[in-house]
Amino acid sequence: MTWLQLLATLLLGAGSLLLLLAGIGLLRFPHFYARLHAAAVVDTLAAALFLAGLGCLFGATLGTVKLGLILLFLLFTSPTACHALARAAWVSGLREPAQPGEPPPSPS
Amino acid sequence: MRLCYPSPPRCGRLVRPRPPSLPMKHTISLTLTLALLWWVLSGYPQPLLLAFGAASVAFTVWLARRMDLVDHESHPLHWSWRLPHFWARLLREIAISNLHVLAAILSPRRDAIAPHFVRTRTRQTSALGKTTLANAITLTPGTVTVDLCDDELLVHALTLASAQGVVEGQLDALVPTDVEEPAR
Amino acid sequence: MSGALVTCGVAVLVAMGLALARALLGPSVYDRILAVNSFGTKTVLLIALLGAVAGRADYFDVALLYALINFVSTVAMMRYCESAEASTAPEPGTGGSEPGESAEPSP
Repeated sequence: MTWLQLLATLLLGAGSLLLLLAGIGLLRFPHFYARLHAAAVVDTLAAALFLAGLGCLFGATLGTVKLGLILLFLLFTSPTACHALARAAWVSGLREPAQPGEPPPSPS
Repeated sequence: MRLCYPSPPRCGRLVRPRPPSLPMKHTISLTLTLALLWWVLSGYPQPLLLAFGAASVAFTVWLARRMDLVDHESHPLHWSWRLPHFWARLLREIAISNLHVLAAILSPRRDAIAPHFVRTRTRQTSALGKTTLANAITLTPGTVTVDLCDDELLVHALTLASAQGVVEGQLDALVPTDVEEPAR
Repeated sequence: MSGALVTCGVAVLVAMGLALARALLGPSVYDRILAVNSFGTKTVLLIALLGAVAGRADYFDVALLYALINFVSTVAMMRYCESAEASTAPEPGTGGSEPGESAEPSP
């Protein structure tokens, strides 16, 4: 096993662990807005570690560039999808259970 | 309850003053980017396939110009020099806040999270700067931008620490500012 | 090496199962869409992993396309929900303090 493969195994292991933890968070957090943050972990750090690990396996080939493109597209699209979800929920009147009214006024 | 951009049924498109002439340098840059993307994804050097690629790139650029999408907002060339620095700092922030969210997931206490909404102001003046900031906040786990109104952001935060980071404007300071819309 | 890849594949499948459980549990339609979006991201990772197991970079094109389709479908579903809400809900923000089934778009 070369150093690159060892690094790939470490990155893949960390990514898988993060995926599992994010899945637990998705189940465990109490309501929608909190779960949104658990799902964001999957889209950013977990995907980055996972794809970086796969990139280490492929070395300097076209495949690694494609993996980088996948990560780039994920990083560009995930905040848009996340914001669309949060805003749709907000517009439809979904609020936090502890805080049914309007959010606190601006701190400034 | 204030909502900034209109809901979908009423919203045809955002009205923007149409520029007198479409910017050429953004068109060239978009063409080069698309050609590079096509080449990376295809990787076949046969003349027929290259011709197909050139045709699809030309069609896409024509469509984008027809939709009035080719400008400094879709293709912020004037940020090019500062973007790598911004992305590096953003990736660092993302990694740090990921660890915070993971700690909150793993913590057995129920008060490890304090999900709440905060309103905060941004120092960005341009639409591009505000959009970049809102996207950066959403991309960072622990905070999600729900609404953006003039210079006021409505942000949902998972913990008190993440809310404090937004209110203090850590990401706001990272976004490259452009004080006025650049000349086309 | 392939043993490590298979272990990772199992971990991704378990994570997908967790997302699917959230999609089934709900309770609001937004929870379900969030879970399905997360499921799609994990599918992208699983396809990329399959490419690594097979040793072929062709799978990555499929993964890339799946990532884009996943994004478009999520946003399209959100637009649909938003317009359905806007046409049926009396006034957004006045009611709906409970996060439960009230967020379902009424038919």
